[in-house]
Amino acid sequence: MSLDGAACIAGVWEHPTRKATDLSVAQLHAECAAGALADAGLTRADVDGYFCAGDAPGMGPLSMVDYLNLRVRHVDATDIGGTSYIAHVAHAAEAIAAGRCNVALITLGGRTRSEGVSGKVPRPGNPTQPDLQFEFPYAPTTVNMYAMCAARHMHEFGTTSEQLAWIKVAASHHAQHNPRAMLRDVVTVQDVLASPIVATPLHRLDCCVISDGGGALVVVRPEIATSLSRPRVVLRGAGEAVKGQMGGDVDLTYSAGRWSGAAAFEMAGVTPADIRYASIYDSFTITVLMQIEDLGFCEKGQGGRFVSDGALIAPHGRLPWNTDGGGLCNNHPGNRGGITKVIEAVRQLRGEAHPAVQVQDCHLALVHGTGGQLASRHGAATLILERV
Amino acid sequence: MSKRRLVFPGSTGSNPGLSTFWAACEERRLLVPHCRACGRAHWYPRAVCPHCASHELDWREAKGEGVIYSFSAVPRGEPPYVIAYVTLAEGPTMLTNIVGDAATLRIGQTVRLRFVDSDGGPPLPVFAPR
Repeated sequence: MSLDGAACIAGVWEHPTRKATDLSVAQLHAECAAGALADAGLTRADVDGYFCAGDAPGMGPLSMVDYLNLRVRHVDATDIGGTSYIAHVAHAAEAIAAGRCNVALITLGGRTRSEGVSGKVPRPGNPTQPDLQFEFPYAPTTVNMYAMCAARHMHEFGTTSEQLAWIKVAASHHAQHNPRAMLRDVVTVQDVLASPIVATPLHRLDCCVISDGGGALVVVRPEIATSLSRPRVVLRGAGEAVKGQMGGDVDLTYSAGRWSGAAAFEMAGVTPADIRYASIYDSFTITVLMQIEDLGFCEKGQGGRFVSDGALIAPHGRLPWNTDGGGLCNNHPGNRGGITKVIEAVRQLRGEAHPAVQVQDCHLALVHGTGGQLASRHGAATLILERV
Repeated sequence: MSKRRLVFPGSTGSNPGLSTFWAACEERRLLVPHCRACGRAHWYPRAVCPHCASHELDWREAKGEGVIYSFSAVPRGEPPYVIAYVTLAEGPTMLTNIVGDAATLRIGQTVRLRFVDSDGGPPLPVFAPR
């Protein structure tokens, strides 16, 4: 089933907090839900589909539908890590096309900063997770697992730390215009290289921030979007994929984005050259570089050259990207950056990004995320969105 | 570099079907699952071959030689440590640690199997430069 034109994103909202000392996770979800519905011009009573992922407290949709006191006829709690909410947009479009709902609400909320979650500590899991006993003893962490992708990329393609640093430099140029961004100082390549090594070859400034916060999206049937007053943002293409260790044939040079991106472009009938703005989940600088290659913005191995010299800096760079400052500078609620990527893409398509970074005539945007651990098992989701 | 203690989650009984593997670790021998149907080895060990879905699997002792596929040194770990993917002579690539001097490590380097004691489980396979 093609999802081209099957649904519109009618409402988006990003929680302003970056440290939610006095807010519960459920409350963050609820405030984001209210914000996105108000943005769309809809109410809670209009919602008949609800989507959440692993950040939702308790039993996910059971707990949150009850907390929000919704009456829904479709729920989906797909969890493929921080990119889940990007996949949820496509799942909502599928449900709308199948007649299972008309107004889908997607929420995220997290207190990772207040709770002291670190990407430098191995996270304990359930020993019955089939890989855990063969991996946890070696202390894999979020940072050192992504770092191994960077090390291999450097080995295979000659990618340099300076090239990776350009990604952070671009994010910082954008974040200076975002009063809510955690890191608003413009940094240089030298600043990134001078920051301490967390896990070779990644420096502290190659890593995203840890923040509290959240976001919500409202995805609706196209006929409903037509009746609302907001600019219409239509889904044109979507893809999702999962990549693991392939039974031991580990290959860190590419991601599942190769598959999700190709599916989304095919569905939309467009090419990377048509994209005016890209939101690409920036857990780490290497994540962005690899996704740019895997999505087809350049040849495999050429990502380092592609991102250098300000190519990602809006509004005039070759590929304006993450104009809110992204996870590298703005926020990363719940250690899950998928939803904020959709939100900034919708702002760009509506012409509501900060004027200093608004891309002119931004009618076609790409949203892409990677969830889980890039080096072991990860999910990918891609959307192509058009303003009509 | 001071030695980091490996922490074994759960017990050797947490997942049925692995008792032969963990018993070999107690003897400081690394077993790798090989498939009788497709002839390929795999990692991490499963009850079903991930390459061809056969249940006809044998444990075979690894030669104990590998090559670093990628690694990351964590200089501020307490104590510092090196995580790595090592490609075994038998074919599959496994997540592990490299012990010894991190300063001279490089991708493509040959490494040799060793076992180190764990907290809560058997000795576990790691690798060291030859």
